[in-house]
Amino acid sequence: MTAPLPQQAASAAGQVGKPALSVQGLDFSYGAKPVLQGVGFTVEPGAFVVLLGPNGAGKTTLFSLITRLYDRRVGEIRIGGYDVRTQSVQALDRIGVVFQQPTLDLDLTVAQNLSYHAALHGMRRGDARRESQAQMERMGVEEHARTRVRQLSGGQRRRVEIARGLLHRPALLLLDEPTVGLDVASRRAIVRYVHALCRQEGVAVLWATHLIDEVQEDDRVIVLHQGRVRADGTVDEVLAQTGTGSLDDAFDALTGADQA
Amino acid sequence: MMPAGYLQCLRGILWRELLRFVHQRSRFVAALVRPLVWLLVFAAGFRMALGVAMTEPYQTYILYEVYIVPGLVGMIQLFNGMQSSLSMVYDREMGSMRVLLVSPFPRWYLLICKLLAGTGVSIVQVYAFLAIAYAYGIQAPLLGYLYVLPALIVTGLMVGSLGLLLSSFIRQLENFAGVMNFVIFPMFFISSALYPLWRLRESSQIVYQLAALNPFTYAVELIRFALYEQLHGQAALITLSVTAVLLALAILGYNPARGMMTRKTGAGAEA
Repeated sequence: MTAPLPQQAASAAGQVGKPALSVQGLDFSYGAKPVLQGVGFTVEPGAFVVLLGPNGAGKTTLFSLITRLYDRRVGEIRIGGYDVRTQSVQALDRIGVVFQQPTLDLDLTVAQNLSYHAALHGMRRGDARRESQAQMERMGVEEHARTRVRQLSGGQRRRVEIARGLLHRPALLLLDEPTVGLDVASRRAIVRYVHALCRQEGVAVLWATHLIDEVQEDDRVIVLHQGRVRADGTVDEVLAQTGTGSLDDAFDALTGADQA
Repeated sequence: MMPAGYLQCLRGILWRELLRFVHQRSRFVAALVRPLVWLLVFAAGFRMALGVAMTEPYQTYILYEVYIVPGLVGMIQLFNGMQSSLSMVYDREMGSMRVLLVSPFPRWYLLICKLLAGTGVSIVQVYAFLAIAYAYGIQAPLLGYLYVLPALIVTGLMVGSLGLLLSSFIRQLENFAGVMNFVIFPMFFISSALYPLWRLRESSQIVYQLAALNPFTYAVELIRFALYEQLHGQAALITLSVTAVLLALAILGYNPARGMMTRKTGAGAEA
């Protein structure tokens, strides 16, 4: 986005009072195979929501639908009140995405990668430079600005991808299994960082994972299994719903022992 | 989204493609060596066997090397277009196509930007080749090097759209070898790139008919005439129309609602 229009500056998060993300009655199938069935939930502005599900639950498909990579589906998806299908420009401009697989250009420097992303969002060069600098400092990768991504570690690359996702100041950050392939220390650092980001900046976060220990106490949890939402609430609510004492047990109960 | 944003987006995509190109020096060298081998070895050898009689747009009898330069220019663009298509299949597997497609700009605009970027890279390669050919002694009128630019944009877009269309069908990287065999080679050999159409007709009626139907023939003729300061109206019309059709189909192929992107099968569908 170039210089924000006045009304946009007033409601950068989207239409006033609308959830950052709302998914209603979502059905999707690959051919005859249903992947998502009747999926519905909302993410309020500034909330940290963990989308918890085993591999194959439909998390990546859900993300592809939210980002409008696919669109052949039943149901409604709104971002900040904007329909992804009919108002895709406004909707897509409000999300930042960190994909499961690495998506940086390895031969380009960190700064060049960020600049490319800024251009894809129509940002002016001056704004892009300023925002890139700010995000790189925040993620602690500013000393690597002129380093080619190929030379960075896995944890550093992920942080660059998060910086990139935040570059255009989205109201909603989607992360699809962002800690896959990272060592324990980098994994913890990223979990902690994104939680802090959510609290300090008021960015709504939808964090997909199959790793239960990435959930923190005050997160909201949505359990997705075989394409359906099995539970949706705070950690305590999910425990109460399943009558279990730990999230591990609750997860097993909701997804069946065969998944353990 | 404001108009200035559209320009930023185009600039960003062009710039990234050129940066990637600069970093892949081996690709640049390969792109140059291929036509140069044809020009310096193949054409030199065939000069004796194949004299080319006086034919439009040339004003005198010409050497075979002179004849095949426009065809080799087309070859550079054809390989480049298919290579971008390879990179798009690769991109999609690696995810950077996703980065492009979550941009808020309309998808048709993003795809056209991507095609223009690929065409830009092919034009850099073409001019490098033409410069070497010039030094070697194959010299078109100087203004021809300017007139050929718009022709190169159209022909680059045509083969790029073809590549884009193919990339919306191809699921995996392995299939690209098939593209080489079944798209690049027939398009290049069954065209006017290596022999004038009237020569083909003398030897094989079938090959002549196929070449006359091949859009790549018209791309090569458009380039050939432009290089000699002439506009080949029929070739321009055919190249433009084919580009428009291929581009429309490719955009349809990437349409999120109707497109091929959702028609995935098997384990790859859900990671």
